[in-house]
Amino acid sequence: MTSQQIKILMVVVALGALAVIVPNTNSFVILLSTRALAFAILVMSLDILLGYTGLASLGQAAYLGVGAYATAILATTYQFGLGMDFWLVILFGMLVGAALAAVFGLLAIRATGVYFLMITLALGQCVWGLAYRWNSLTGGDNGINLRVKPKFAGLDLGHDVTFFYVVFFLFALSLLAMYVLVQSPFGRSLAGIRERELRMQILGYNTWLHKYIAFIIAGGFGGLSGVLWAHTAGIVSPENVVLTTSVDALLMAVLGGAGTLVGGVIGSFIVFGLREYLSTLVPWWQYVLGAVYVLTILYLPFGLMGIPERIRQWRASSGKQADPKTLASVPS
Amino acid sequence: MTQATPQNGAPPVLELKGLSKSFGGLHAVRDVSLQIFAGDRKAIIGPNGAGKTTLFNLITGIFPSTSGQVLLYGEDVTTWPSHKRTALGMARTFQITSLFPKLTVFDNVLLAIEGLRPSKFVMWRFMSSYRDVYDKAHQLLKQASFLDRKDTEVRYLSHGEQRQLEIILGLASDPKILLLDEPAAGLSSGESSEMAKFLLGLDPNLAILLIEHDMDVVFDVADEISVLHFGQMLETGTPEQIHGSQKVQEIYLGTG
Ligand SMILES: Nc1ncnc2c1ncn2[C@@H]1O[C@H](COP(=O)(O)OP(=O)(O)OP(=O)(O)O)[C@@H](O)[C@H]1O
Ligand SMILES: [Mg+2]
Repeated sequence: MTSQQIKILMVVVALGALAVIVPNTNSFVILLSTRALAFAILVMSLDILLGYTGLASLGQAAYLGVGAYATAILATTYQFGLGMDFWLVILFGMLVGAALAAVFGLLAIRATGVYFLMITLALGQCVWGLAYRWNSLTGGDNGINLRVKPKFAGLDLGHDVTFFYVVFFLFALSLLAMYVLVQSPFGRSLAGIRERELRMQILGYNTWLHKYIAFIIAGGFGGLSGVLWAHTAGIVSPENVVLTTSVDALLMAVLGGAGTLVGGVIGSFIVFGLREYLSTLVPWWQYVLGAVYVLTILYLPFGLMGIPERIRQWRASSGKQADPKTLASVPS
Repeated sequence: MTQATPQNGAPPVLELKGLSKSFGGLHAVRDVSLQIFAGDRKAIIGPNGAGKTTLFNLITGIFPSTSGQVLLYGEDVTTWPSHKRTALGMARTFQITSLFPKLTVFDNVLLAIEGLRPSKFVMWRFMSSYRDVYDKAHQLLKQASFLDRKDTEVRYLSHGEQRQLEIILGLASDPKILLLDEPAAGLSSGESSEMAKFLLGLDPNLAILLIEHDMDVVFDVADEISVLHFGQMLETGTPEQIHGSQKVQEIYLGTG
């Protein structure tokens, strides 16, 4: 078995364990896991940009936001999406997220590095401003409460285990789709752009277009994350699109390990877990979270997923031999 | 000017007409004209800062030119983005190695091959399922005796190997014209002559425009040499003519 296959097997086993264990715990853990999974879709979509394309977006909450608001508005104003049409809302949420990214991408994609960061931040703040001010549509500061959850085909999403499984299913599908994407020719081209964009242009790639498409896809998954988030949280408010939500997503991706997809999932679970447990224990829990971030960035630049590689390197260097790769590459 | 050798009336693969580029007040390239036909092997030499790399950047569309024209197969591509010029059959290498350092040698070559294929937009199939692309990458690496290092990350390659991979990436798109910017830069003399031999073994129909400071490589590979000085084409001729030219001796060979 190749190391790639072993990794896939490990992820499958971990997800299987999650699907078996979580429903047998208490409702607090079930709800927490559901939230972490819904948000993890956003973190993974951000990882496509950050880890695979090298674009650090600081406005990714906007896509979660439009997906969530679309869901809440459809449900409360139009009673739409509370039955079988829930699946249509899923589709619609993705489309809205992708459409917003298609507009924002036109402005953001030309910029690189810190300018990209600032433009996405500014665009994200525009969405937040709209959510906050457009009272008649968004309920302003109070947000929108979703009192009922979808029911269809004998499934009641108001039942927390059922809802967990629905979110788990969509999460797993998203992970699969994004995994195939990053391994596809298109996904590989994103890695090339991350490594050396100019060379990619000379090789015949319209790098702008590739980045733009990646940005739209990330927006689409962000929208999906928002639909699930709306029903998980039961309320959609400007807090969902505020800057800290974008920062959270970015830090979760970095904490778990950018460019790994599953790292973002681990990051999401750790942050949601720490936040929920610590906040009941100590009033200074935010500092703990901050310290975790700082330590990760300082000592684990490749995140938690980078730990096995770190250990391997440490073993190799302490075993008096240099990295075998550098030895192998001495010209003959 | 260049002794144009139109072969059965076909337009030149690459033609430059009065190409110029200024950076603010600095005229890096001035009024350069050039014709390159299929199978031509031409070299551009000139002292540091003469504008050679800038000329390549104009030809490949990295910089917009200040005035003049770039034509590929008679088509005016002066305002085209780089990737569209590549699609017409142009490829280049870089003076400063410009590879994908954290990807393996094989992945580097795969990216280079995919560059002109429509499948570069496919996102629902694994890259590894494209047998033809994999076979081609294999064949390219084999031709350059690189297969044994295919799974090595490029950043772990020696400088000489990276220079060689530069050229492999350039060849991956089956170009009609290859622009080489100092392929032998930083190579030992043994490695340089290997490099020259490798270049001589390439498809005779491929047009090559070579920038090089290593005169052995230039004299081995090129049939015609142009001298660039302060952005201007000073002289063009056979290697013997250039070697014997008094002017060239003064500005270039004397100092180099
Ligand atoms: N992007 C740029 N902006 C401003 N000036 C530039 C730029 N690129 C090149 N130049 C200037 O243009 C002139 C020509 O540079 P170029 O790199 O083309 O020289 P070269 O002939 O390739 O030299 P070398 O043999 O050292 O590679 C130099 O004076 C250089 O400083
Ligand atoms: Mg140069």
